[in-house]
Amino acid sequence: MNTADQYVKAIYLLQEMENGPASTGALADRLGVSPASANEMIGKLESRGLAEHEKYKGVTLTDEGIVRARDALQTYCIIERFLANVLSVDEFRAEAGDLEPVIDDLVAERLDTIIDRNAECPDCFDPETDACCHLDVPAEPVETEEQRAD
Amino acid sequence: MSVGHRVSSDHQLARLLQIGIVLEEVVEARSYHHYQSLDDAPALDPEIESLLEHAAAESAAHRERLEELVDELDAESIPFEEIEALVQAQYGGTDPDDFDDILYDQLANEETAYKFYDDLVGALRASEATFGIDRDHLIDVLVEIREEEADGVEEVTKVMNDRS
Repeated sequence: MNTADQYVKAIYLLQEMENGPASTGALADRLGVSPASANEMIGKLESRGLAEHEKYKGVTLTDEGIVRARDALQTYCIIERFLANVLSVDEFRAEAGDLEPVIDDLVAERLDTIIDRNAECPDCFDPETDACCHLDVPAEPVETEEQRAD
Repeated sequence: MSVGHRVSSDHQLARLLQIGIVLEEVVEARSYHHYQSLDDAPALDPEIESLLEHAAAESAAHRERLEELVDELDAESIPFEEIEALVQAQYGGTDPDDFDDILYDQLANEETAYKFYDDLVGALRASEATFGIDRDHLIDVLVEIREEEADGVEEVTKVMNDRS
């Protein structure tokens, strides 16, 4: 998945969570890049007609951007499902994020032939847990009183 | 999450090689499945039969080479039987209608594998990370496999052109 697709996917998920434009800061945090890099890519997305940026409000995807983002999200879902269901990787969310830049849509499509993906994909994706809602996400370890005392 | 095309750790490399193994297993299982389905065809086509036989054998050879690399990284491979069962489960009821379908699927297999190795080689060359296996040997093996996939694309395309 190329860098532009990773950006439109992240903007799409932030828009879903915030129910409005995605702020540059939140976008930079989500992608682990500097705000300057995020701004530069937002400019490129704007020039390609994939996003619109409004000062002090944030970035919003255009209809074309939404289509691209949903395709990218589907590819990401395939990678997550493949890691979780075929390779039995517990940390499938973190690993999917690492592998995402190196896995092409074409490759994801072929991996898709051996996984059982839900027909509603990518609407099944939960931006809060960063995972398909049909996958079992390991619970975050809860800190006990004794551990806190340590 | 990381933005950019780089491979930075043994763990990530092993995972990508595992994905390569699974892709080869998918090709092998699908070729075998297609090959079996030829038995039911009204007339066997020796050219397609030979193509599928060669594709399955080549994927098995690629898988073994990738498994050797994964072993060196002290990671595990996914047994072929597991992938074969998944291919059968998802593939049942969607048998190809005719030889053209088989050839298109075979072309998609070869093109996908080529793209995977090409991206992986690119990501390795863009990375300055040191791995638990010899970097030059790793890239040489992946480039050789990639070139064989390119030959495969050419071979299937030729058969398709001859038949049209």
